[in-house]
Amino acid sequence: MAANQTLQRRQSHLTRGHLPSYAVWVVLAASVVLGAALATLIGFSVVGWAVITAIVFVITATIVTAVAEGERKAKDRLVTFLVYGAFLIALLPLVSVLWTVLERGVPGLNYNFLFTSMNGVTGAVDNQALENGTPVLGGAYHAVVGTLQITLWATLISVPIGLLTAVYLVEYGAGRGLTKAITFFVDVMTGIPSIVAGLFAAALFSLLFGPGTRTGFVAAVALSVLMIPVVVRSTEEMLKIVPNELREASYALGVRKWRTITKVVIPTAISGIASGVTLSIARVIGETAPILVTAGFASSINMNVFSGWMSTLPTFIYYQILTPTSPTSPDPSTQRAWAAALLLILMVMLLNLVARFVARMFAPKTSR
Amino acid sequence: MSKRIDVKDLNVYYSKFLAVEDVNINIEARSVTAFIGPSGCGKSTFLRTLNRMHEVIPGARVEGEVLLDGDNLYDSAVDPVSVRGQIGMVFQRPNPFPTMSIRDNVLAGVKLNNRRISKSDADSLVEKSLQGANLWNEVKDRLGRPGSGLSGGQQQRLCIARAIAVSPQVILMDEPCSALDPISTLAIEDLINELKSEYTVVIVTHNMQQAARVSDKTAFFNIAGTGKPGKLIEYGDTTTIFNKPAVQATEDYVSGRFG
Repeated sequence: MAANQTLQRRQSHLTRGHLPSYAVWVVLAASVVLGAALATLIGFSVVGWAVITAIVFVITATIVTAVAEGERKAKDRLVTFLVYGAFLIALLPLVSVLWTVLERGVPGLNYNFLFTSMNGVTGAVDNQALENGTPVLGGAYHAVVGTLQITLWATLISVPIGLLTAVYLVEYGAGRGLTKAITFFVDVMTGIPSIVAGLFAAALFSLLFGPGTRTGFVAAVALSVLMIPVVVRSTEEMLKIVPNELREASYALGVRKWRTITKVVIPTAISGIASGVTLSIARVIGETAPILVTAGFASSINMNVFSGWMSTLPTFIYYQILTPTSPTSPDPSTQRAWAAALLLILMVMLLNLVARFVARMFAPKTSR
Repeated sequence: MSKRIDVKDLNVYYSKFLAVEDVNINIEARSVTAFIGPSGCGKSTFLRTLNRMHEVIPGARVEGEVLLDGDNLYDSAVDPVSVRGQIGMVFQRPNPFPTMSIRDNVLAGVKLNNRRISKSDADSLVEKSLQGANLWNEVKDRLGRPGSGLSGGQQQRLCIARAIAVSPQVILMDEPCSALDPISTLAIEDLINELKSEYTVVIVTHNMQQAARVSDKTAFFNIAGTGKPGKLIEYGDTTTIFNKPAVQATEDYVSGRFG
């Protein structure tokens, strides 16, 4: 064939049978109908319908693809369906939890709940509210205060210790025996059950200040035992990914090591460190057991972390469910517990949003 | 404002491994000296010993003397930080600080050391350094923008501006153009030619034409085989090294017959 000749286009040998894009939807519709029919045979329920439809759809669509487009495409489609299925199954509990908490928590989330404590709210008050149909009295203000105070103090303790430990591990201790020991113990600390951390703090403070010392600060110490390994780990990872070239650039300008760390390395990693810290806060804010053994339980407002018992939202929920204020009619207590659960989720969500915002605010700027 | 460097019987180690053996070299002030040689022959390692950056790597150490105008850098009483203040360095990959603006990058040597500087002094230092690095006209309207937004060649010139802003005696460059395109390389080479009127410049390069273009003197390093230490084979005027080298290995390397 001459070089200057152009080949004419012909029926392509490179393509094979191809299903139109609506084919999947047709199969899905058929599966829904078939699923409904099969589900009715064995006793209709929405869950049964969905499950049968899913199974029928995956099998049919795979077979149809195998026949029309070949084995490789069929495998591709099957795995795609399985991945989507796994995603939906993973999403189910999350959506279900959110839905349940919203449904039961929203009615209790009112001004009274947010800005009054349980001080003076007895079983009689609850019973009266039920009888008269008036709004439920009593709230979680003291628990919100306790949660914020204890978490704040736990953060104040853990962040400096965790940050400095990570700086040592990454910047100073590479290859040393102490580094290996610290890394090992941090790993062990990550796995400590939270109740053990609570017992540790309780025991430590009864040794120092006499038995039965229970204050918000003891709880903060217990939580920081849980927080420190998380802060160390996340900060360590963030410091490790700071390129060595930046450290060298700084050294080459005649900058001392600790200045290089405080002015170059940490600012470069700060967004990751900040989000790591926020996530560690989210991890401990929902702890119940260590709070119970360290801060006791209070039903009135206590602003002082250094004296007197305190309660947090998780312990508030725990007590409202386990020992309802009015044993004969637990409904008001249950309502308060769900409202507190919703509030706790909102706080954690807010923390995550703050983490993202902080990460974005501090992130190195690359725009032109 | 520039000093000479004399190296006497220098051995460079990584832990127990002898990486560069027995280097003797005299680098004159206000000149450009190029180090050439195959990969792994210890050019960069040797360059890093000249401002004590070598010891940043754990286990790295040095035997012998490096004299900066007669002062031994490796005297036990010498603070490596003050050495690095006098001998600046530009790296293979441009590495501006990502958290800082162009202006702050230039001022990094001052600001990171917490030295006080008035705004007008800072402004003139930024302009002088950026003009010295041939970057001023390109960035003068966006000094507040992040340095990482510049192109690779501009970033490298920003790093040079950052290095000359601390007014060093010597500037070491470790393959400064290996990550750059020919146009940016040309800009850097022009810059090196200008820098040598004020500074002592030492440059490591893999590009022999570059060595021939920019340097007054050239040092050829070679290695006998893997695991063996690198050695300084020949050192002399660039024209001599490229036209009439005394050693056969140098001849083979510069004429492309090597390996």
